[in-house]
Amino acid sequence: MAAAKLMDYDKALELFEPVLGFEVHVELNTRTKMFSDAPNPANDEYHGAEPNTLIAPVDLGLPGSLPVVNATAVRSSISLGLALGCSIAESSRFARKNYFYPDLGKNYQISQYDEPIAFEGSVEVELEDGTLVTIPIERAHMEEDAGKLTHMGGATGRIQGAEYSLVDYNRAGVPLVEIVTKPIFGAEHRAPEIAKAYIAAIRDIVRGLGISEARMERGNLRCDANVSLRPRGQEKLGTRTETKNVNSMRSVERAVRYEIQRQAQILADGGTIIQETRHWHEDTGTTSPGRPKSDADDYRYFPEPDLLPVRPPRELVEELRAALPEQPVARRRRLKAEWGFTDLEYQDVRNSGLVDVVEATIAAGTTPGAARKWWTGEIARIANTQEREVTALVAPADVAAVQKLVDEGTLNDKLARQVLEGVIAGEGTPQQVVDARGLAVVSDDGALIAAIDEALTSQPDVLAKIKDGKVQAAGAIIGAVMKAMKGQADAARVRELVLERAAQS
Amino acid sequence: MRHLGVLARIKLTDDEVTQLTGQLDVIVDNIAKVSEVATPEVPATSHPIALANVFRPDEVGQTLSPEQTLQNAPDAADGRFRVTAILGEEQ
Amino acid sequence: MRDIIRMTAAELGERLSAGELSSVEATQAHLDRIAAVDADVHAFLHVSEHALAAAADIDSRRAAGEQLGAIAGVPLAVKDVLVTTDQPSTSGSKILEGYMSPFDATVVARSRAAGLIPLGKTNMDEFAMGSSTEHSAYGPTRNPWDLDRIPGGSGGGSAAAVAAFEAPLALGSDTGGSIRQPAHVTGTVGIKPTYGGVSRYGAIALASSLDQVGPVTRTVLDAGLLHDVIGGHDPKDSTSLEEQWPSFAEAAREGSAGQVLKGLKVGVIRELPDSGFQSGVAASFHDALRLMEAQGAEIVEISAPHFEYGVAAYYLILPAEASSNLAKFDSVRFGLRVTPGGNPTVEDVMSATREAGFGPEVKRRIILGTYALSAGYYDAYYGSAQKVRTLIQRDFDEAFAQVDVIATPSAPTTAFRIGEKIDDPLQMYLNDLTTIPANLAGVPGISIPSGLAEEDGLPVGIQFLAPARQDARLYKVGAALEAVLLDSWGAPLLDKAPILGGTR
Ligand SMILES: [Mg+2]
Ligand SMILES: [Zn+2]
Repeated sequence: MAAAKLMDYDKALELFEPVLGFEVHVELNTRTKMFSDAPNPANDEYHGAEPNTLIAPVDLGLPGSLPVVNATAVRSSISLGLALGCSIAESSRFARKNYFYPDLGKNYQISQYDEPIAFEGSVEVELEDGTLVTIPIERAHMEEDAGKLTHMGGATGRIQGAEYSLVDYNRAGVPLVEIVTKPIFGAEHRAPEIAKAYIAAIRDIVRGLGISEARMERGNLRCDANVSLRPRGQEKLGTRTETKNVNSMRSVERAVRYEIQRQAQILADGGTIIQETRHWHEDTGTTSPGRPKSDADDYRYFPEPDLLPVRPPRELVEELRAALPEQPVARRRRLKAEWGFTDLEYQDVRNSGLVDVVEATIAAGTTPGAARKWWTGEIARIANTQEREVTALVAPADVAAVQKLVDEGTLNDKLARQVLEGVIAGEGTPQQVVDARGLAVVSDDGALIAAIDEALTSQPDVLAKIKDGKVQAAGAIIGAVMKAMKGQADAARVRELVLERAAQS
Repeated sequence: MRHLGVLARIKLTDDEVTQLTGQLDVIVDNIAKVSEVATPEVPATSHPIALANVFRPDEVGQTLSPEQTLQNAPDAADGRFRVTAILGEEQ
Repeated sequence: MRDIIRMTAAELGERLSAGELSSVEATQAHLDRIAAVDADVHAFLHVSEHALAAAADIDSRRAAGEQLGAIAGVPLAVKDVLVTTDQPSTSGSKILEGYMSPFDATVVARSRAAGLIPLGKTNMDEFAMGSSTEHSAYGPTRNPWDLDRIPGGSGGGSAAAVAAFEAPLALGSDTGGSIRQPAHVTGTVGIKPTYGGVSRYGAIALASSLDQVGPVTRTVLDAGLLHDVIGGHDPKDSTSLEEQWPSFAEAAREGSAGQVLKGLKVGVIRELPDSGFQSGVAASFHDALRLMEAQGAEIVEISAPHFEYGVAAYYLILPAEASSNLAKFDSVRFGLRVTPGGNPTVEDVMSATREAGFGPEVKRRIILGTYALSAGYYDAYYGSAQKVRTLIQRDFDEAFAQVDVIATPSAPTTAFRIGEKIDDPLQMYLNDLTTIPANLAGVPGISIPSGLAEEDGLPVGIQFLAPARQDARLYKVGAALEAVLLDSWGAPLLDKAPILGGTR
């Protein structure tokens, strides 16, 4: 297939207004599946199981099997709905979405249709420069995941050209919450960035709630991105495409940008956009057409007769609301104020994903400034050279312990960096590294005085200047003493003693 | 009718198409009949005995063994169910 | 000793616990009977090769002093709609030929736990779609009263097995009358419990909001004994009720002891005139009512204006739910697979399999159901039908404010001839006229024999309906009338059935 012609991005934005929409599927990490008591592979404990080993009868749609709703999945869904600022339905029910596909054991998906568990909410997302954007949420509903198909015998491992396919139903029945946004207007040139930030916000929310492992590479979080364009000044929405299979935050950003450029070119050439699903290809950074929206979308929804309505008691809703963690954006805003960072300092911390560790380091007794300095400075530098995740290098408590040794005068900055290196190298706690490497500053005044006296004696001209009141001349003596002490001295103390000894001589 | 056959995944013969087309009237008649009394103010009953909030604790139960899982499979390979080419796309 | 196969389950249970009879003897007697008559009746699709071993196990446990239930060791026939681990489960369809379930239906598991001996799987209309068992993919079952006639349906196999003394007890399922109507045409007893009273787990679903499993027997007491075994809450079925149920066997005993009919208010539906029934059916019904009146019952005319919409609602709801429930039969995980020539896609294979594996009645209902749920029609079709359920429930509520039970003939006609109505689905549908309202509203219903129709000498049943959760009332009233009728007949009605297989 020939590559699509793409319009220059800025040009596209000049001519058209992009309108976005997202459907995000979150796999819950409950112990068992949505409708069966089989282990849930979206829970870390069961991830990576052999094919078809996490199976209860209903996951295969075996004759006579029946679904029963997982209580924890309902609680998680309500919590997520509340975190999205949604109303929780007084009465909610399941529905069957009927379509034939080999990964769907019953050939219907139990989902929700006219009565979702949560509806009408909004999420605040924060862009890299700190701008806040509000994403309107249409609904969040409970449903089950399908099994997994592996296409065999083709050259690409893709469905096209495959000779046959193999089905693993482990994932069939994994609890999902599908979050659907309303159309998002006003994104303009920041549309790709907003897309990425929205997915990041959902990830942060479900992580904060602890209801999903939220690992995009495992499919715990999956995004379908809807993009449409309308000519400037036009009221009516353009035809949208739904790009599926966009499974990293970077891809979401790229896919939205790509669709804007692709659609703009077609429209500018006088063509029309077909309402269709499109597939994102990570390798080429392009989308390709899937099936057009058509008869296949006749899902023949009807209320699931095997399941009863879910009517969340108001006390439960309030209990879950009270237990909600602070919203990520609100939390970040609060922390910024508490820490007293400048906008730039704060963005540096946030964009490097260091908010959590900085917060933990402060909680362990470090000042905000010192915590920020360590993480964005020395630790980030080491992570960079070692090509490792910053937050995985060292525990916030150890960073706080190092800073404490500095504050106590046991370490100076240079020694502290060495101690940190030792901790990262796995040599033990900061105190252990100090002991093992013998890195503590020399606090024995006797040894310092001996070194000072020696330096003063060997540089009588300097001594004379100091005695003359030219205090800044002491620097030469301090430097010599520090050198003699191999840096393991507290420079401030040395300075104090130098002035004292000079006066006495 | 052919469309219904596709939706229901039943390959229909020409005879069946003719026969069943006539029978769609049954549905039309039934709807006409229920419409006489199914007025907007009447609530629908989807479960004859009204219950709500029937849940299961999130506890792992007994799973099927791989042998049980595949015991009725028309075709299987590599611990999985095997089907012919899909020639469609993933949902 | 009386012929084992003619004993009731209650009697067998007593003799077994008294040590006068072993379960192996009881089971063997029924296996022999099956061997003798089932070639003619064709009640069974499969006869269990494990029955005698299960019986021997019960005998040895009893010999070891284990306390067993009231009907432990008694043989049981199981409708093929119920999945079983030790025998194939086909629901009367080619698409499931040879299917072996990795789990037992809850009612089967409970029956085994109570010491009942599964004898085999009984024939039925394919996926329980029908009222005659002519729609079984494995050939029709014949009515023991006249082998040229239908045994009712969909559970014709279970009813015929019980009527032909091939089993004292059977399990059935009732979506629109599939337990009660076969009872009516075979001179046996059948109960559709309150929706949710008996677990549906392991019953191959036809229409989930209508299906209910229940007992098929020759006496009301036997039905109560079986109901006590299979009933009660099952966490595997979300629609299962959590109540503590009274003993239905006790209710039946109380009913047969007398006094229950005195002062009982029996509702008769104004909108079901005699003209809607075969004359012998109507006559038998009125005879039964007169007997009840003679025992002190009061017959009260009630109105159920929405019952006439029941059939239309039923034939919107049922195909819709069935079309979805039967989607799982797609050749991927179990069941038949038909692979057409060429380079077939999965879609081709699925369509060819379902074309070959489903019978015409099943295809018809799937297509109608698909239509009824298709784009834009849900509210008008399925949704409107669900409103009729509300109206019928209201009719019941109003009626039961005035009467204790409602009585109707169980079905409009006696058993018709095999083939007589098979090409007339509409006529067949009307067969369920009196039974459908109970399924739509979820209330329990019982059919017991009321006599024979004058004009053809074939059995007729009377149906009683009670408010939801009042199943025990049906056992009391049913057993009370049964006792009065037995008194008037001098012998069970089935004694008048023709001799089968020469062993009578
Ligand atoms: Mg979607
Ligand atoms: Zn979804």
